[in-house]
Amino acid sequence: MTLDTVKHATETPESAQPWAELGLKEDEYARIREILGRRPTGAELAMYSVMWSEHCSYKSSKVHLKQFGEKAPENDALLVGIGENAGVVDVGQGYAVTFKVESHNHPSYIEPYQGAATGVGGIVRDILAMGARPVAVVDPLRFGAADHPDTKRVLPGVVAGIGGYGNCLGLPNIGGEVVFDACYQGNPLVNAGCIGVMKHEDIHLAKASGAGNKVILYGARTGGDGIGGVSVLASETFDDSKPTKRPAVQVGDPFQEKLLIECTLEIFQEKLVAGIQDLGGAGLSCATSELASAGSGGMRVELDSVPLRDATLSPEEILMSESQERMCAIVEPQHVERFMEICEKWDVIATVIGEVTDGERLEIFWHGEQIVDVPPRTVAHEGPVYQRPYARPDWQDALQADDAGQLARPATSAELKDQVLQLVASPNQASKAWITDQYDRFVQGNTVLAQPEDAGMVRIDADTNLGVALATDGNGRYAKLDPYAGAQLALAEAYRNVAASGAKPLAVSDCLNFGSPEDPAVMWQFAEATRGLADACQTLGTPVTGGNVSLYNQTGETAIHPTPVVAVLGVIDDVTRRTPIGFAEEGQLIYLLGDTREEFGGSAWSQVVHEHLGGLPPQVDLERERLLAEILISASRDGMIDAAHDLSDGGLIQALVESCLRGGTGARLVVPDALDAFTFLFSESAGRAVVAVPRSEEVRFTDMCTVRGLPATRIGVVDGEEIDIQGEFSIPLSELRTAHEGTIPGLLP
Amino acid sequence: MARVVVDVMLKPEILDPQGQAVQRALPRLGFDGIAIAEVRQGKRFELEVDGPVDDAALTRIQELADTFLANTVIEDFTVKVEPS
Repeated sequence: MTLDTVKHATETPESAQPWAELGLKEDEYARIREILGRRPTGAELAMYSVMWSEHCSYKSSKVHLKQFGEKAPENDALLVGIGENAGVVDVGQGYAVTFKVESHNHPSYIEPYQGAATGVGGIVRDILAMGARPVAVVDPLRFGAADHPDTKRVLPGVVAGIGGYGNCLGLPNIGGEVVFDACYQGNPLVNAGCIGVMKHEDIHLAKASGAGNKVILYGARTGGDGIGGVSVLASETFDDSKPTKRPAVQVGDPFQEKLLIECTLEIFQEKLVAGIQDLGGAGLSCATSELASAGSGGMRVELDSVPLRDATLSPEEILMSESQERMCAIVEPQHVERFMEICEKWDVIATVIGEVTDGERLEIFWHGEQIVDVPPRTVAHEGPVYQRPYARPDWQDALQADDAGQLARPATSAELKDQVLQLVASPNQASKAWITDQYDRFVQGNTVLAQPEDAGMVRIDADTNLGVALATDGNGRYAKLDPYAGAQLALAEAYRNVAASGAKPLAVSDCLNFGSPEDPAVMWQFAEATRGLADACQTLGTPVTGGNVSLYNQTGETAIHPTPVVAVLGVIDDVTRRTPIGFAEEGQLIYLLGDTREEFGGSAWSQVVHEHLGGLPPQVDLERERLLAEILISASRDGMIDAAHDLSDGGLIQALVESCLRGGTGARLVVPDALDAFTFLFSESAGRAVVAVPRSEEVRFTDMCTVRGLPATRIGVVDGEEIDIQGEFSIPLSELRTAHEGTIPGLLP
Repeated sequence: MARVVVDVMLKPEILDPQGQAVQRALPRLGFDGIAIAEVRQGKRFELEVDGPVDDAALTRIQELADTFLANTVIEDFTVKVEPS
C-alpha cells in the first residue's frame, strides 16, 4: 500500500476517493479540492469528512443558531459566550460557573451502557477543558413506550452506564428527567449535562498560539474506537488486507477520566498551559484543527508519535478515532518538563506530538512524510453552511384543530378520583426513584437538592454557602403542537424550577433534539423552536451560553417529536435559604400562584386518559414567568414560604401529590369558586406554582403578591394523611404512594 | 453429562480497562522480567448439559450465547464441547 502523501495526491489528481461513503456531498468534495488546489490526501479527506459532518459543523443548524448570539440579552454575568467548549457565567464572590448539555443519542441506542457512560465522560471533559472542576452532572433522558420490550433493553443499560461512569468519577447526579413516548422507540435521547466551578482567573480557552509551543496529547492511548466512516476509507480504497471492521462503539474508563481530571486541574493550578481542548467527536482531527484555527499561527504534528493501543491503525484512523479520556494541551517549551512530571505522578501517558508554528497551515506528518497540509480554519470553522428549505407541515393545522378541550371529561367525582390515580401512576408522571436511586446524588457532600426536587442544587463555597442550581426541561408533546411555543415553555419550565428552589436564573444551555434536517417539516420545527427560544431568552434576560444540536433522530420517515431540552442555571447566595418541594409542616397554608385556564392541549391528562395529542399547548406569558420567579425568590430569601413546587405536566394534582409524598403529610383542598374541579386539578397552564406558607407569614406573603400583581389563591391547608378535595374525593397517602412509586419498578426487571 | 464452554472476550479493538489494570499491576507486584505486552480479560461460562450434546443442543447454546451471554456489539464468543 502506498502512503497517500500530499506529494502523491498532487501527482495522482484523478485517483478516485470514497467521499460519498464518508458522508460528503459532491459539491462539498469539490469545495475541498478547490480549497486545497488539488485532491485531498486520504488523511485530509478523513479530517474534512468528520469535521464537516452535521455533528461537528452544525451546517444545517448554524443559520438558525446565530439568533442566540444576535438576540442575546445584555448580561453582565456572562464571561464566556457561545463558541467555546462551554459558556462561563459569573456567580459572584470571585467564582465562575461553566455548564453545558450535550447529546449521546445514537451511540446509546446501539450500546446503551457504553453509549450513556461515554456521554457523561464527554461532557465532563468539555467542562474540564474550560479550566473548571466538574462538580455535578444531570441527565435528561427520553425513551420509547415504557412497556415496549426494547425499552427494557435500552433503559437499564443507559441508567447503569450513567450511574457507573458518574459514580466512579465521584460526581453527584443532581437532576434531569425521564420521559417515555413511542416516538423515541428507535431513537432514545440520552442528553448529559455537567456543571463546573472555577475562579475567574482560571478560565482556559481552546486556542493554540505562540510559535514553538508544544502540542501535548495526554490521557488514554488511541485505539480503534468510534471510527465510523474511515473503516470504509481504510478497507475499500487504501488497504484491502485490513481484517477487522472498526466498531462505532467507544468504551469508557472512568478511573482513567478521574486521573485525567485531577492531573489537568493540577496542571491548571501551576499555570502550565496556553490553550487546551478535550478530545470528543472527531478526536484528533477536531482537537488539532480547532486549536490551530482559534490560535494565531499554524501547527505541525508528527502523527506517528501518538501512543497507540492498536499498532495496526492507519493514519486516517488515528485522526478519526474517538478513543475516550484524552486531552490536548498547548504548552510553552519551558513548562513541558513540569507538565510531564505531573502527568507521570497521576499515571497519565503524555506525549509531545507536535508544535505551534508561525505559518498558517495545519501540517501532519507520518513517518517523515507529509500527509496533511490544510488551512485549519477551513476544517474547523469555515465548513459548509446550508440554508435548508423549511415549510410548515401540512398536517400542522389539523393537529392544532384537534382540540383536547373536546375530549370527554370525568362526569362524576368517582371518575375524577380514578383519573387522578391513573395519572400519578402513569409512566411519565410516576416516581423515577428506581432510576435516580441508581445514581450517587450526594457524593462530595455538597448536594443540597437533587431529584425529585424541582432543581438540583450544590454548594460551591463551604464558608459562605454560595450555591448554584440547575434544572432541565423539554416537553416534546408541546413542541410538536407548536415548536415556537414549545421551546419557550421548555425554557419557562426550567426557569420556574430554578426559581422555585430559591435560586436566581442566570443563563441557559440547550440540547436541541430533532429529526432529519433534510425534511422541510423537521427543519421548520427546528427554525421555529430556535426562534422561540432565542426570543424568550431575550425577554427573560438569560443568554444561551452554548449547547448542542442532535439531528437525524428518526426511524425511516418518522421523526421524533421536536425535543428542545433547555437547561437553566441559577445562583443562590445562601443554600440554607433554599426551598424544597415537600409539604412538611401541618397547618401551613397552600397557595396557588398564577392563573388557571382550560388548557389541556398536549397535557399529561390527554395522553394518559385519551392517548390524545392535539390542540394548542398552554399560553406563554414570559412577563408572568419573570414575576412569579421574583416572588418565589424573594419569598424564599425572606422565609415567607417553606415549600414550593412548579406546576407543569400533570397540573396541580401532580404537584400536590409529589409535595405531599415528599413531605409525608396530607392536604385538604377546596376548589376555588371560579374553577371546576377538573380544570383545577388537571389544567397545565404555565406560569404557576404551588407554595406552603406558614400562618405567621400569610399576611406578609399575600401583601407582597397583591402589591406586585401576582394572583395568589388560598386553596387549602397541609393536614392529615390523605389528599382531600372538598366535595369531590379523598385518597389516602398510602394509596397514592403505592400508585406513584410502584409503576417504574413494575415495568423494569 | 457433558460440559459446554462458552468463552466471551471483548473484541480486539475494544478498550479493556480491566485488562489494562492487570497489566499495569504486574511490575508493581514483582512480576517483571517477562515482557507481557498486553493483558485482556474475558469471561468463561461452563454449561453442564444433561443428555447428549447434539447439533440441536449446540444450536440452542450458540443462540443463548449470542443473545444472552455475550454482548455481540462489543464482544466475541466461542462455544466448545469439553470431552468428558
